[in-house]
Amino acid sequence: MSKHLFLGDEAIAQGALDAGISGVYAYPGTPSTEITEYIQASTEAAESPIHTRWATNEKTAMEAALGMSYVGKRALVCMKHVGMNVAADAFINAGMTGVNGGLVVVAADDPSMHSSQNEQDSRFYADFAFIPVFEPSNQQEAYDMVRKAFDFSEQFNVPVLFRVTTRLAHSRAGVETAPKKGQNNLSYPENSAQFILLPANARRRFKTILSGIPALSEASEKSEFNVYKEGSDKSLGIIACGIAYNYLMENFAGDCRYPVLKISQYPLPEKLIARIADECDAVLVLEEGYPFVEAKIKGLLGRGIVVKGKLDGTLQRDGELTPDSVGAVLGFAPKSEYAMPDVVQMRPPALCQGCGHRDMYDALNNVLREYENPRVFGDIGCYTLGALPPFRAIHSCVDMGASVTMAKGAADGGHFPAVAVIGDSTFTHSGITGLLDCVNENANVTIVISDNETTAMTGGQDSAGTGKIEAICAGVGVDPAHIRVLEPLKKNMESMMDTIREEINYKGVSVLIPRRECIQTLSRKKRSKK
Amino acid sequence: MKTDIILSGVGGQGILSIAAVIGEAAVSNNLYMKQAEVHGMSQRGGDVQSNLRISDSPIASDLIPLGKADLIISLEPMEALRYLPYLSKQGWLVTNSVPFINISNYPAPEQVMAEIDKLPRKIVLDVEKIAKEVGSARTANIVMLGASSPFLGIDYAQIEAGVRYIFGKKGDAIVSLNLKALEAGRKVAETLM
Repeated sequence: MSKHLFLGDEAIAQGALDAGISGVYAYPGTPSTEITEYIQASTEAAESPIHTRWATNEKTAMEAALGMSYVGKRALVCMKHVGMNVAADAFINAGMTGVNGGLVVVAADDPSMHSSQNEQDSRFYADFAFIPVFEPSNQQEAYDMVRKAFDFSEQFNVPVLFRVTTRLAHSRAGVETAPKKGQNNLSYPENSAQFILLPANARRRFKTILSGIPALSEASEKSEFNVYKEGSDKSLGIIACGIAYNYLMENFAGDCRYPVLKISQYPLPEKLIARIADECDAVLVLEEGYPFVEAKIKGLLGRGIVVKGKLDGTLQRDGELTPDSVGAVLGFAPKSEYAMPDVVQMRPPALCQGCGHRDMYDALNNVLREYENPRVFGDIGCYTLGALPPFRAIHSCVDMGASVTMAKGAADGGHFPAVAVIGDSTFTHSGITGLLDCVNENANVTIVISDNETTAMTGGQDSAGTGKIEAICAGVGVDPAHIRVLEPLKKNMESMMDTIREEINYKGVSVLIPRRECIQTLSRKKRSKK
Repeated sequence: MKTDIILSGVGGQGILSIAAVIGEAAVSNNLYMKQAEVHGMSQRGGDVQSNLRISDSPIASDLIPLGKADLIISLEPMEALRYLPYLSKQGWLVTNSVPFINISNYPAPEQVMAEIDKLPRKIVLDVEKIAKEVGSARTANIVMLGASSPFLGIDYAQIEAGVRYIFGKKGDAIVSLNLKALEAGRKVAETLM
């Protein structure tokens, strides 16, 4: 045993390494990024063959990991919650195939939207796919549970969804590690039809999966991570899921007078839940994200037991839990001694000084002022900050790749000029197929691929398309005469504007590639050379 | 003992470098520690904070409740004020005096200072000026740590050991420069306490 100071993400990473993974597959996304980065930098990865390279998107990551599981090896998949939407086809059908080698999928949810466009709760995906969920409450449990999750995956022949939220992912605490396990040997599925989801096979698989649910439920009842704690005051029973358990214990200084059921493993342990409901007058559910457990316990009509939580307004429906929001419900009113003075102003994030996106937006804004009603469809990345002053340059930000296809839809509807702004990494993640749609119909769109040669917003990870962007666009079928590379610098403003204007006026698909390395990545490279 | 600390500043100022030394000192002292950090979008010049909790008994929550922080350490004066609702009645505020102005509606610096002056327990210092006097502006965050050191609940010698550990790889000259910066910050705090 040795003790380390780990971020929740790092505890997951070390747990996976110690569980003998042969590969991690991921696309960067806050708050999940540090898991893969830790594995990439680990001595384990340097000493033994472990796949660590970033995938192009979450779907390719999920599928590659399933392939690694197919040949008997253990694989870890990591993504932020919205990445689950991209990976969903593979994830849900991995629930149908089951696994061979252990397969654990980490989804890092972001309630309060610190760095995201919604608060979606990944537990719903697992429920939908008949996949069990492990949800640790602290860093030590994150380490221990990842190891357990790989064993569980192999024992029950299912993928496991490992759900964390921002505060656990990005909070550090002491973690004790245990001896490492070696990697699995190559082995192949005993039943050759398991992974061939033809309707006839899939029907059989589905029956197998359904018949396996009682065993998963029984495992939840007996899980060391689902703990029933006695309490003397039976006027209320408290169900606390994952990190919510910590906020509960913070308020009671570790000594809660109500019975508490801590839930960290799903499917829900029905017997334990029945026990707390039978023993107590009412049940309070504390959970990060959506009222997933609360809704299940309450049922459609909510008759019978009294269930308090986010659905009845006891707790706020949006935003992450805090020790204060949990305390307020339990009669511990949070108390500030000092108020925030009125002089304090909001300080939103902004594009870095010297960033190439700034010059790109200046040039684009200068040209678009010449048109009556320009619309710029944005995308996900640092350049989304172009929505804020002083630029106010984009009119949408929806999902990875949506800039290209929304611009196309607007053009299809008769709008001109329809411009998309997308980063290089987002383009390879989910923009290429949309560009093919544009080419196939010769849509009148101008696609700006603002290329900083990295995945910048998440901290500068390698970008899948670096050095390949023009070739990809030409390969998809964009006329090479309308693939124009620009150098976004103030001194080039006039020539950039001329090129942008020409391509907006061209009736058809044009791609503009303003290219300058991210200044954060550049300065990091310079520092490491010193 | 139990010390709840909020570190604040503007993305890029390096509040986590201060947390790293305190964390090292706490862990080598066999104390429990939890430290919630901010990653992602806010790091691009937005307001950032970190909740750092140190205790000799296990810590439940990663986040500090309202009105319970023993100490706010801020590299920027307006950012210090943002977290006042978390400061306990007997808590200390240790803040840099020089504003970081990257928004057009930043308040008049005298207004910010007037609000800080209202607090009963505070240490206000120009960390970069002191760091330059010590020998390098790059030690500003360690000056700030030194000014906070009387309030951490950790022996000063342990904090020095933390500095030696964190900067050890960079050589003896850098270590002794940072130890000087730490001492200079501490002296300011001692005269203002």
